[in-house]
Amino acid sequence: MPGAFLPSEYLAILMLLLVGIAFGVITLWIGRYFRVQRPYFEKLVAYESGNPPTEAPRMRFSVKFYTIAILFIVFDVEAIFLYPWALVYDKLGMFALVEMFIFIILLLVGFIYAWKKGNLQWDK
Amino acid sequence: MIPVTWYLALSIILFSIGMYGFLTRRNVIIMFLCIELMLNAANLNFVAFSHYLTDLHGQVMTFFIIAVAAAEAAIGLGIVLALFRNRRTVYSDEINQLRG
Amino acid sequence: MNTFSPFTLSSLSFLGPELVLLSVGILLIVVDLFFENRLLLPWLTAAGTLVSLVLLFNSPSGIVFGYMYVVDAYSVFFKMVCLVGVLFTVLLSERYLTTEKLRHGEYYSLLVFSTVGMMAMVSGGDLIVVYLGLELMALSVYCLVGLLKQDSRSNEASLKYFLMGAFSTGLLLYGISLIYGLTGTTDLSMLSQRVVSLDLINNHAFLVGLGLVLVAFCFKVAAAPFHMWAPDVYEGAPSSITAFMAVAPKAAAFAVLGRVLIMGFADVHIHWGPIIAFLAVLTMAIGNIAAIAQKSLKRMLAYSSIAHAGYALLGILAGNNEGLSATMNYLFIYAFMNMGAFAILILLCDNKRRGEQLDDYRGLAKTNPLVAALMLVFLFSLVGLPPTAGFIGKFYLLVAAIHAGYIVTVVAAMIFSVISAYYYLRVVRYMYFENAVQETAAVSISPGMTAALVLAMIGMIGMATFPGPILSFAGKSLIGF
Repeated sequence: MPGAFLPSEYLAILMLLLVGIAFGVITLWIGRYFRVQRPYFEKLVAYESGNPPTEAPRMRFSVKFYTIAILFIVFDVEAIFLYPWALVYDKLGMFALVEMFIFIILLLVGFIYAWKKGNLQWDK
Repeated sequence: MIPVTWYLALSIILFSIGMYGFLTRRNVIIMFLCIELMLNAANLNFVAFSHYLTDLHGQVMTFFIIAVAAAEAAIGLGIVLALFRNRRTVYSDEINQLRG
Repeated sequence: MNTFSPFTLSSLSFLGPELVLLSVGILLIVVDLFFENRLLLPWLTAAGTLVSLVLLFNSPSGIVFGYMYVVDAYSVFFKMVCLVGVLFTVLLSERYLTTEKLRHGEYYSLLVFSTVGMMAMVSGGDLIVVYLGLELMALSVYCLVGLLKQDSRSNEASLKYFLMGAFSTGLLLYGISLIYGLTGTTDLSMLSQRVVSLDLINNHAFLVGLGLVLVAFCFKVAAAPFHMWAPDVYEGAPSSITAFMAVAPKAAAFAVLGRVLIMGFADVHIHWGPIIAFLAVLTMAIGNIAAIAQKSLKRMLAYSSIAHAGYALLGILAGNNEGLSATMNYLFIYAFMNMGAFAILILLCDNKRRGEQLDDYRGLAKTNPLVAALMLVFLFSLVGLPPTAGFIGKFYLLVAAIHAGYIVTVVAAMIFSVISAYYYLRVVRYMYFENAVQETAAVSISPGMTAALVLAMIGMIGMATFPGPILSFAGKSLIGF
């Protein structure tokens, strides 16, 4: 039933959002008429913690970051299965323990594979 | 409690954006991101229904979808990398050696 | 829903074949990493497959893990088809991998893991398990297709397959989520009850969900109009993997399609029946007509595999046990004839030529009469000419579809069958009535290849002369359905 539901609890969040946006827009807009504008080269240079920038910010990353990131994602996400397992562990008992061991061993084989193939080494 | 229709509306919007993007974009990485959007639309549906029906199966499904999507992402990026090393392109209309 | 099913360690005994294969897969990785002798790997894989096959017929049947995993005769049949497919692939790959300089370790372990995925898929009593099996299979096969890392055609095939596969997975999941939301379950047997009890047969959202699931499986079995990835992928993949993909993953996808449609959505047959009928005709039309224009045998066999998916759909379409058992029988026969044809293709692949072009077959009968004769048998069977096994398979499919009342579809199937004779027999003409355009090298036969060819021939002859046992096995496996 669309329309039958009015999320009144969320109204405050909506108000805050609108006020926040309005505050930012209005102050910047009014500020334009009062502030002094005197741009010169050093002011317009990208801010890199005080150091003078050395190269374009859109530089290419080494592909090695990719492989490490891929490995991280895979092993990181597999850990979600540990949480529901831990919650029901005492109800399932021995079976769950064996299953989780199988799971961890499978992950371990994957880890050894990545290691042995040299994917964990930065410069091979 | 927010009615389930709101979640459904959001998920169908996500799904449509994903599908539209997959069919129109030509950068394979973006096509791949669009697929992820479709998967997450399904995830949203599962979680919403699971809450609505007070049945845990939907959440279990979401768990698995997230884990498998991570593996899928890894493999997809690996394939794109292998292709890029040989062809130096990620645009699907330039990947056209096989046809007929 | 909140009660725990009695999970015990003894439920693992139902998973014997899968566990054996899984261990073999892991063992393969470890052996590849720590030992130098790579020649051992194909035989290790073959042995593991055989042990799994033996265990398959000796493990108990039942429903385990809270209706998640169904070990019935239906799943045993399809597991048999998949294992036979993987066994053939291993035998074909033994020499081919060295020719193509492929990495052995990853190849065999991925092959084994994809088979485990298929077995989980065909045993899935719950859509969650079906999805997981499907993904395990698909992810492994994406890698296998792209395993020729230096070959940009293989890269391209793998990317196309990946994008299409992932897209179809997205559709499948969204469809499942809608079905789950409306019925409140992902358990297939419960689904069919809920569809009736909640009166969902004409519910639009439910039909959208069912439609998305159907589309996703049509992607997987490469049924038109969702076949467009197949020719490219089949052409770009390593030949042994093409042979594998045309047999095992396709059989597994058909198994799931049959189980989901006939076990889960039998009461909605009025809606999906006509759709499948239309898709079957379209698939046969596109597969057979596009195959005529091909210059590459590999690509021609890819289109032929699309056409054969169309024939196999005829059995699903009937929506009853007779049809389904005809499809099962056909897929089993197809495994042998397709593997045979690909064995010849791989046999002719050496450093100089790839054995993929039709021109490579000109005058083959003069240089290699035995190879040409074998190819002749496999091609005749693919056409479905009367004394061969292919005819038996097609015959039962058509009979089932006629009994179900789809006369027009059957007539179309027969017309396209006749059209298909043109391009299969063209290869025969090249082999027997033309002269070789180039000097052909002597064919070197390896032990694996010999075994594969002998196995294919035995299977073909066996099923042509005694079709009874397999057919009754297929029919019997449906009783508990």
